[in-house]
Parts: sequence; C-alpha cells; structure tokens
Amino acid sequence: MRQKLDTLFDALLPVIATLAALAVGAVMLLFLKVNPIVAYAALWDGAFGNSNAFAETLVKATPLLLVGLGICISFRGDVINIGGEGQMIIGAVLATWVGLNFTGLPGWLTITLSMFAGFVGGAIWGGIPGVLKAYFRVNEILSTVMMNAIAVQLMNFLLRGPMIDPAQAELASQIPQTARLEEIFRLPRLAPTRLHLGALIAVILAVLVYILLWRTTLGYRIRAVGQNPHASRYAGIKVQRYMVLALLLSGAFAGLAGATQVFGVNYRMITDGSSSGFTGSAGFNGIVAALFGGLHPLLTIPASILFGALLVGANKMQRVVQVPSALITALNGLVVVFVVSSEIIRKRRQRKREAVAKRENDTPPPPAGVGDTKIQQAEAGS
Amino acid sequence: MDFTIILQAGIASGTVLLFATIGELFAERSGVMNLGVEGMMLIGAMSAFSTTIATGNPWLGVIVAMLFAGLISQIHAFIVITLQADQVVSGLSLTFLGVGISLVLGEGLSKAGTVSLLPNFSIPLLTLIPIIGKIFFTNQSILVYFGYLLVPLSWYYINRTRPGLHLRAVGEYPSATDALGINVFRMRYFYVFVGGMLAGLAGATISLAVSPGWFSELTTGGQGWIAIGLVIFAQWDPIRAAVGAYAFGALRRLILDIQGPLVLFGLANPFYYNPYLGFFLQMLPYLFTVVVLVIGSREAMRKRIGAPAALGNPYIRGERGK
Repeated sequence: MRQKLDTLFDALLPVIATLAALAVGAVMLLFLKVNPIVAYAALWDGAFGNSNAFAETLVKATPLLLVGLGICISFRGDVINIGGEGQMIIGAVLATWVGLNFTGLPGWLTITLSMFAGFVGGAIWGGIPGVLKAYFRVNEILSTVMMNAIAVQLMNFLLRGPMIDPAQAELASQIPQTARLEEIFRLPRLAPTRLHLGALIAVILAVLVYILLWRTTLGYRIRAVGQNPHASRYAGIKVQRYMVLALLLSGAFAGLAGATQVFGVNYRMITDGSSSGFTGSAGFNGIVAALFGGLHPLLTIPASILFGALLVGANKMQRVVQVPSALITALNGLVVVFVVSSEIIRKRRQRKREAVAKRENDTPPPPAGVGDTKIQQAEAGS
Repeated sequence: MDFTIILQAGIASGTVLLFATIGELFAERSGVMNLGVEGMMLIGAMSAFSTTIATGNPWLGVIVAMLFAGLISQIHAFIVITLQADQVVSGLSLTFLGVGISLVLGEGLSKAGTVSLLPNFSIPLLTLIPIIGKIFFTNQSILVYFGYLLVPLSWYYINRTRPGLHLRAVGEYPSATDALGINVFRMRYFYVFVGGMLAGLAGATISLAVSPGWFSELTTGGQGWIAIGLVIFAQWDPIRAAVGAYAFGALRRLILDIQGPLVLFGLANPFYYNPYLGFFLQMLPYLFTVVVLVIGSREAMRKRIGAPAALGNPYIRGERGK
C-alpha cells in the first residue's frame, strides 16, 4: 500500500509542480489585482475551449516539440544547446530558399527537400559551436548564444537584401519578408483547422529519437559521453566526435522546427528585427518543454502540448483580464524550477526508501562465534 | 567623427557589462554558475526605473534594483545549493522568471516619461590628461567612476584578503574548506547574492544612466549572456573582466556611430551608403567574442588556467571527492 502511494506520488510530481507554479502565478495575479480564477478560466478556454483553440495549441506545440527533441539529444550528451533560436532561423532561411527556387519539381518533392534543407541549416548552425566546443574548448552555452545573435542579423540582411519579396522590393515600404510560398509547396493541413502535417512529423520523430537514444549504438555513445566523458574515452569512444554530433543533431531538429513554421504556418519568412519575432521564442521554450519531459523524447510530447497551451491561452488571458502575456514566461520558469526541485526531492525519497529497505532486508544475524570470542577474550583478560 | 567621444560613450556602456561580469565572476569563483544574469539585469533595470518614477529618487532606484535582483538570485541559490539541482537548468529557468516578472511589472512603464537620472560629472585635474582624461574622466555617470573603483577592489578582495582566500577555496576545493570550519553553503549563498546585486546594478546602470528608460526585453538586449561569456574570457580575473567589458562596450558604441557620418576618413562612408553592411557590422561583437573565446581557451590550456574546479558541482557534505 505504502509502496503504491509512493509510486503514485512520483508519477504525479510534474502535475504537482505545474499546479504549484500556477499557484504562485495566482499570487502574482492577485498582486496585479486580477481574479486568478477568471484569468485561468480564460487561459483554459483559449487553449482547449474548442477544436480551433486546441488545434492552435498543437500548432504552437509543434516547434516546441521539435526543438525539445534536439534538446533531449544534446542535454543527454551533456552539451547545453541554447542556440535553438538561431538554428531555427537558419533552418527556415535555407528551407524557404529551396521552397521558393525549386518550383519546377512536384510539390511533395520540394516540400521534402525543403524540410531536409531546414534540417541541414540547423545542423550547420549547431555544428559550428559543436566543433568549437570539441576541438577548441569554447563553452557551448556562449557560442550558441552568440550564434543566435549572428543568425538574427543574417536573417535581417537576407530578408531585406537578396531574399526580399520582389513585390516588396519595388514598394517604398520595403517590408522585410520573402515571397509567399505557392500553395502546392505548403505543408498540408490535417483538419479544417490550422493544424498542419508538421505536428504529425514531430510526433513520429519523437518516437525515432527515442529509438535513436535507447536502441542504437550511436545514441548509447552520445549518452555515455554525457554521463562520463573520461570513462567513455577509456572505452574507446571518440568523445569529441560525439560532442559535435550531439550539438549537430540538436541544431538539426531546431532547424526543422524553423522550416515547419514557414511551410506550415506563415508560408513566408518575415522579420521584425528580433529573433522572437520569427520563432516566438520556441528556441528557448523548447528547452523548457524538454526539461519538463525529463529529457525523454516521448514525455516531451505532452510537455510541449502543456507549454503550447500556456502560450496560446496566455493570449486569451491577456485579452480577457488585461494581464501581460509575459506572465506566462515567468510561469514557464517557475514550472521548471518546481519540476527540478521535485525531481531532487523524489530522488532523495527514493534513496531513503532504498536505505530503509536495505536495513530491513539484510540485517544480518550476528555471526556465530563472534560473541563467544569476546567472552573468551574477556575471560582471558580477567 | 570624434573617436574620443565614441570611446567615452563606450566606457559608459561597458560599465553595464562590467558590473554584470564582476557579479557573475564572484558567484562562479564560489562554485555556482548562474545563467540567469539576463533575467536579473532586466529585474534591476525595471525596478530601478519604476522606483525612480514613483519616488523621484534615483538612488532609491539603484538600491531597490540591487535588492530585488539579489532576492531573485536567492531562488537559484536555494535550488542549486540546498536542493543540489543542476545549475544550468536552474539558471535558465531564472532567466525566464526574471524576464517574465520584469515584463509584467514593467507593463506600461515605457510610456511613463522621463526620470531624474544619476548625476554625471568630470573629475578635476584628471580631465586635463590628454585623450585619456576626455575618455575616462569627463562627464561620466557616477556609476562609471564606481566601476573604476570596483575593479581593483574586487581584485584585491579575491587575491589578497582572508575572505577572498576562503572564496577561492570554496570554489576550488569545498570539502577541504568545509573541514577548516568554513560554512560552504553560507558562502555560496552570499556570493550568489553578491552576483545578483551586481547584475541588478548593471540593469539600473542601463535604465538610469547609459540609455535611460524601459524598453521591455530590449533594455538589456542580451548583454547578460555576453557578461557570462566575458567571465570565461576573463578567466575569472576582475582586471581581465574590466578590459573585456570596456572593449566590448566601446565596440558596440563604435558600430552604432560608424553608420552615421557621410564621410569617413575623407572617403565616402561605405556604411552609410550601403545599409546592408550594417547587419554585418552588428554581427561583429558576437563574432569577435567567439574568436576571443577560441584564443582565450587556447591560452588557458597552455597556461593551465581553468575554471574554479568545483564550478557547477553541488557540494554534498560527507560525499567523497572534491
């Protein structure tokens, strides 16, 4: 009975952590003189209220899941990839270029090529910090952040210069955007909503990443390097190569996320000069989703839906109760804080349980003869 | 184009990075990496600006900024020191928390008008030194002068005083330090707090002195991340941190100003006539940082200088090892 309760408690920890974060959020709402029940009702309604709302949640969750899958790979390899934003941008740029230029091919082929281009673009942008880390010992947290800033400027240049919509180039407004993708080159929609094929691709990839990490040598080596690089080196694993690979794959998934945003949602690339203008901060929020999912590709699916729901619901909440949707950014941070803390508490409880079980199971009977020797010694001494 | 004026402004903008970098340096020297600098800086910038608007007293703004950011840093401290969770994860979530809180509390603040700023002044006699006097000692904010004092003081504190010795020991070999009767946990809490307060001061420096006002998350524009980079470039040394911070500040300023004039060195200014070049100019500081990191880590490998040995590891009493 006791054991069952413990298991149940462990399974519910992420839920408890989320509720705790929402509770802190409620205090913040009260502080802003807003009724938290009304605010959260609006949040729920905005995210799950009807099929359109739910589809919107899934649309928002798609890039989070894709970025999160990359994060599962890189964090498991003990490589911290903060460069999701930049990798999304470069992936999207490359994919858009393919989608706009390979117009002579059948639609499905161009889409496939574009998605692949997105994958490659992200891989390049993730691979550079990977090489810098493995062979030049440059901290990847920093290099990926720097690569984000560089990608933003590159995007701003390309969308104003070489890749600008020919129609815009002639106008005085010069809105920095590419031409619109032709209809046959867009990712097909799955239902009479904005939900697109990218969501399905992301879920399939989640399964593939799970297989990669736990059922292949490659994944085993990436995880081994993450757990203990020294031991891995002794075991003959080329540690540096797997570091690069972890970041490269991580970037590739982010690049794909960028590509699906263009081909499934916006049908063109447009910039407001910042990275979040294009990515909606999915490059960062994907990290949160993956951490919430315990860096497990399959658990990252529900985690992405949760954060997608929070992001979509936040807009509705902002409209209904006039609370800045940035509150959700703070909530995201809090959720991770609580998940991480509860994870630590779970581990401690587990250790304690194991210690108790150990004491109960193998309290050894006093070895025969030990006492006797003592008595004999005592007798000898007296 | 007057380069001394650009450098003068560059020093002021470098002061922001200086505070954040030295703060992070203290935390990392004690063995705690805090990736939440960006969030804490935003908290600082927002609370400094809103306090000053409410009270009219910028000094009160600075104090509130430092305390609020310091308080936020203690969430990170609790999670990584007491709960012994992963420092990267906790630091990242602190960034989100800081950004979110500052955006919510700073809502509408950008239209709140102007505030009385911290005083600017020149240092008599020192301004008379050619070039240097103009760049460093003329019409700078009082916080810039405070930055000049902070660098040698931090260096002296870390390298020449007893508490500084303890600080280094906690970051290098916490179990030995613990055995000496120094409270590792309390020390780490304290230096994370110092780091938070200095990040808050960095934020206040932006919103009350260098580029006054509140422009939501663009107020800091990623400078918190650059500060974390500068700590590594500085190899955990305050003097090198200062060189990096001022150089980066000057570079940022130069890039802003070089696109203005029609004529540069007697020639038509290519940065004015070809606006596309501007995007590449704006990449430069980041490319520059990456290059500097490559060079810096080479040098560190050769001289065998490294991060504090216990950086990133929680200290667990009674566990074997470092």
